[in-house]
Amino acid sequence: MIRTALALVLAVLPAACQREERQARPSPVGGESREEVALVSLSPGSAGPVVATSGKAAQFEGNAYHLSQGKKLFVWFNCNGCHGQGGGGMGPALIDDRWIYGAAIENIVQTIREGRPNGMPSFRGRIPDDQIWELAAYVRAMSGNVPSSAAPARSDTLHPRPAENRTDPSPPVAGGLVPPGGERAQ
Amino acid sequence: MSARRGLVVILVVPLASCNLVQSPLNPVSPQARELLWLFVVFVAVLGAIWLAVMATLALSLRPRRPAGADPLAVDPAYERRAVALVTGLAIVTGLVVLVLTGLSYAGQRRLFGEEQAGITIRVLGHQWWWEVRYEDAAPDRVFTTANEIHVPVGVPVAISLDSTDVIHSFWVPSLMGKQDLIPGRSNAIRFTAERPGVYRGQCAEFCGMQHARMSLLVIADEPAAFARWRDGQVAPRREPASEEARAGEAAFVAAPCALCHQVRGTAAAGRNGPELTHLASRRTLAAGSLPLTRGSLAAWIVDPHGIKPGVNMPLIPLEPDRLNTISAYLAGLE
Repeated sequence: MIRTALALVLAVLPAACQREERQARPSPVGGESREEVALVSLSPGSAGPVVATSGKAAQFEGNAYHLSQGKKLFVWFNCNGCHGQGGGGMGPALIDDRWIYGAAIENIVQTIREGRPNGMPSFRGRIPDDQIWELAAYVRAMSGNVPSSAAPARSDTLHPRPAENRTDPSPPVAGGLVPPGGERAQ
Repeated sequence: MSARRGLVVILVVPLASCNLVQSPLNPVSPQARELLWLFVVFVAVLGAIWLAVMATLALSLRPRRPAGADPLAVDPAYERRAVALVTGLAIVTGLVVLVLTGLSYAGQRRLFGEEQAGITIRVLGHQWWWEVRYEDAAPDRVFTTANEIHVPVGVPVAISLDSTDVIHSFWVPSLMGKQDLIPGRSNAIRFTAERPGVYRGQCAEFCGMQHARMSLLVIADEPAAFARWRDGQVAPRREPASEEARAGEAAFVAAPCALCHQVRGTAAAGRNGPELTHLASRRTLAAGSLPLTRGSLAAWIVDPHGIKPGVNMPLIPLEPDRLNTISAYLAGLE
C-alpha cells in the first residue's frame, strides 16, 4: 500500500516540470505592435482615458531568454551611454522606483519606440520591434520588477550593483518629476 | 561468403565520407604533425597492450588442470614464476606510463615553443561567429574581419584567443590542436602552414544553440598573394559601382543593419555583429552556414532564424526593393 502511494507520488511529481518557451524567431508577418497607453488619468468627458495594448507583454515579461537578450542589447545599443548602468547620468535612473512615463512594459516600449522630451531619442526603424520588447522587459528587471527566477544573474564584467535576480523589487511610484528646463530628471 | 562481402562493404562505405579539409590525419603544419605523431605512438603502444591483455584473458579461460586434481594444491615453483611475472609486468606498466608522459610533455614543449611570430592575429569568440583582428605596429594597418583567416605559407602565426560571452574552443585540425577561448583570459596558440590550401575549423566547446554552425576557414596563401589580400582588407569599402548598389548602401546605413555592422567608409559603424567591409571577398556567410552569394545574402537577411535558430541577427522587416538593393550592395563589397 505504502509502496503504491510512493509510486503514485513519484509519478505525479514530473507534472510540475516546466520548460520555458524560447521564441528566438519573431513572427515574420506584421511590423510593430500597437500600444495605446495613458500617461495621466485625466481625459475629456466622464470616461477615463483609452488604453489599448496588444497583449504582447505576456510573451516577454518573466521570460528568462528575452530578459537576458535584453540585458545584452542594453549594452550593445549603448543605453549605458545616457542611463549609466541604470544609475542615470544624462538620462534618468532606471533602477529606482520613479517612472516619469509609466512603469508598465507597454509604456517602456513606447518610450523606446517614440522617444521622450529632453533627450530620449526615438528608435523606431532602428531597433527591430521584438528587440524593443526585450529591452523594455529588461528595463523592468533592473528595478526588480520581474520574477527573480527569470531575471538575469551576475554579469561576467565588473558590475556596480547586485545582479538583477538579487535586486529587491522597487514597486513603481508614478510621476517622477518631469524636468522643467531639460535638466536631469529626479 | 556473401555475409563477408556485406561486412566489407559496410566497413568501406564510411570511408567515402573522409575528406582532408578538416582532418588531424592531414597535417600541414609542424604543430599538427607533432600531434599526429603523438596520436600514432599512443594508439600503437596502447593498442598493443590492449591486444596482449585480451589474448592473456582468452588463454586463461583454457582448462589446464587435469580432471579430478585437488583445486587447492599449490605448486611452489609455479607460484614463484607467477609472482615474478606479475612484478615484472607491474614495473613495465609503470615504465610505459612514464615514457608516454615524457613523450607528451616533450610534445607540449615543442608545440608551445617561443618562436618569433611573423603575424599576430587576435581571434574573439562570439555566439556564434569568429571575429578576426590582424594586429600591426602601424595602427592604420590594423583591420578586422570575420570567420575567415588568411595566413601566408611558411610564416609562423601567433593567434591570441579571447571570448566575449561564453567559453569557445578554436580548432583547425590540419593546423593545430584545440585551444579554449575563455572570457576574461587571453590564451594563445601558434602554427605555421606549410602548404597553400583551405583548411576548415570548428568551435570545439559546446557554446549554445548554434555551436554546430560556428565554423571558420583558414586559407593559406603564398606570401605575395597574402600581401595583396591584406592590402585589400586594410582599404575602406569599394565605392558602390551601380545605381542599385548606391541605393543599397543608403538603405543599409538607414536600416537597423548599421546599428550592429560596420562597413568602413560609410556611417555604418556598429561593432556587435561581424564586420562587413569586404564581405564579398569571403567564401561563406554566417560562420560557414551558407555559401556567399547574393541569393543566400537575401535569404539570410529575410529569415536568419530559419537558417540559424537563436542567432543574434534579428529579423528586420524590409520592403522587397530595399532587400534587393541591400543584398546587391553587400554582394558587391569585395
